[in-house]
Amino acid sequence: MLTYALRRLLLAIPTLLLISLFIFLMVDLAPGSPMSEIPRSIPPETRARMIAALGADQPVFVRYLLWLKQFFVVEPAYLIDGWFGTSLGGDQQRILSWQSRAPVFDVIGDRLGRTMTVVGAGYVIAAAIALPIGIYSAYRQYSWFDQLGTFVAMIGYSVPTFFTGVLLIVIFAVNLGWFPSYYDASLKVKDFASLSRQVWQMALPVTVIALFHAAEISRYTRSSMLDTLGQDYVRTARAKGALEQTVVIKHALRNAMIPVITVLALGMPSIFGGSIIVEQVFKINGIGGALIGAIVASDLPMVQTLTFIFAALIVFFNLVADLLYGMMDPRIRYD
Amino acid sequence: MTDTNAGAFSDRAHSPWAGVWRKFRHHVGAMVGAAVLILLILAVLVGPWLWQIDPAFIEPKAADMMRTRNLAPSLAHPMGTDQLGRDTLARMLAGGKVSLAVGLVAMAIAILVGTAVGVLAGFVRWLDGPLMRLTDFFLALPLLPLLLVMVMLFRDALAGALGIELGTFLLIVGAIGLTSWMQAARVVRGEVLALKEREFVLAARSIGTPPLRIILTHILPNVLSPVMVAATLGFASAIITESALSFLGLGFPPDFPTWGRLLYEGVEYMQMEPNRVLFPGLAISLTVLGINYIGDGLRDALDPRQRLR
Repeated sequence: MLTYALRRLLLAIPTLLLISLFIFLMVDLAPGSPMSEIPRSIPPETRARMIAALGADQPVFVRYLLWLKQFFVVEPAYLIDGWFGTSLGGDQQRILSWQSRAPVFDVIGDRLGRTMTVVGAGYVIAAAIALPIGIYSAYRQYSWFDQLGTFVAMIGYSVPTFFTGVLLIVIFAVNLGWFPSYYDASLKVKDFASLSRQVWQMALPVTVIALFHAAEISRYTRSSMLDTLGQDYVRTARAKGALEQTVVIKHALRNAMIPVITVLALGMPSIFGGSIIVEQVFKINGIGGALIGAIVASDLPMVQTLTFIFAALIVFFNLVADLLYGMMDPRIRYD
Repeated sequence: MTDTNAGAFSDRAHSPWAGVWRKFRHHVGAMVGAAVLILLILAVLVGPWLWQIDPAFIEPKAADMMRTRNLAPSLAHPMGTDQLGRDTLARMLAGGKVSLAVGLVAMAIAILVGTAVGVLAGFVRWLDGPLMRLTDFFLALPLLPLLLVMVMLFRDALAGALGIELGTFLLIVGAIGLTSWMQAARVVRGEVLALKEREFVLAARSIGTPPLRIILTHILPNVLSPVMVAATLGFASAIITESALSFLGLGFPPDFPTWGRLLYEGVEYMQMEPNRVLFPGLAISLTVLGINYIGDGLRDALDPRQRLR
């Protein structure tokens, strides 16, 4: 198991390098030049100096290696400096945003917390709703509860988040006026009043995320639970006279949870991707919003770094899912 | 007439599709979904003949234009008008055609690429490793961010080369298709690996059938059912992805309505005119819901374990 984990970790490194190269090359070799944003009235020599100042006149592989060094060496050094007050980073060049001339990671660090709070709360609530519904739906297959649950899950799964979000805003923010229609990023939680305002403004976006993912998770839980409930060992447990709750919880549920937990881990990166849309709907100032802003402004370093962070999240959670699967299911051997 | 007499006593081989259709017909959700989808497709195809207002028509005189702006639904404009006085129903019909076309073409690309990769990986042993690594690699890419980046980078160049409508259409369709073939490839590869060991393939090979013929006549017809299920799911997700891109402002250009674009434009006015977001949103949701139900029905109908019962 340990060697398997180590091997998977080592394999993740070339994957990440390949992905970063892919993203870098695609952004770099695309026909739309980032310099097209420079007004034409600027004389050519000034233009050349501007390009040189941004470091865009170097060959592709030099810039790729520089970006790699900045991402994996310089930025962590600055992070450690920030934590412990050391000066590992020295005066090395950080990845700078072309829009704001501020280090990309300062912008991301500023916004990541907000995205994590909203998205994390949504996902936790989704799982908390979906697991019991999925389990009970499977236990009482074809009951009215199951029929209703499956129907609602199908709707939740089919209606795109940008429509649910807009719909919730129209109903609860515009017509009823219960919730604010956008997210106020300047709100600091200091006391109870500001905490409740924070919860209040998070309610709608969290609901949108929770609804969509609850639909997905409950569908999955239901089918996994149906699979295990039909297994021979469940029949054996019933036949030997085990209590019904023991049968369902200990024999069926524990086995049904193995693929469900894997799917929960695999779903994590997709909620970060989905956060792009939710953040746009509710005007949340998170990393999804940062990506859209950077794309609109052709801020290539920001776009490259953010896209790579999304990719790293996927690779990381794939790894977590694989390892969890191996840890929870003793039938799986990695020799 | 032969239907009642056939059955158990007929020695005529039943087409396997008859059984599939029989199962599909009894799946209530799938039938309702199919009806809704067919209605929407008909509306989008036939509608513009019945409802002949030009979706791009703006009253030429400024005073008339001001008067026809942001109208609530009425007989003259069943879905109201937008901020330039254009008829929303006409724009919905025109937009639906684009949205559905994008979904269909993107799905076709994804299925073609996915099936090709899957068949090659399953059938040609030395290609299996590299192609599956490629599939894993694509699965590890952050797709929505990448799609956004692709649109940003290539939109202007393609629009310049091919014209703004065709360029954007090809870009979006290609981008969605090339980032969503992986599921189909995995499913097809698994099926092909199993089929390759079956006796009829061995028989075909032993009488000297060339590999290409084996793939075309023996392998492909047998992977059709998982491919069909993957196709319905791909159709739905392609429609959602296109709408999401348009919703983020990185899809089709402003004067080129799609359902996602109409929703995006409606958001600005949703405080006063909730209809502006309601109609396109409902259209997208109904389409996707219908397709997903069809997919559910197909999966049940094509599952051989269920057909035996």
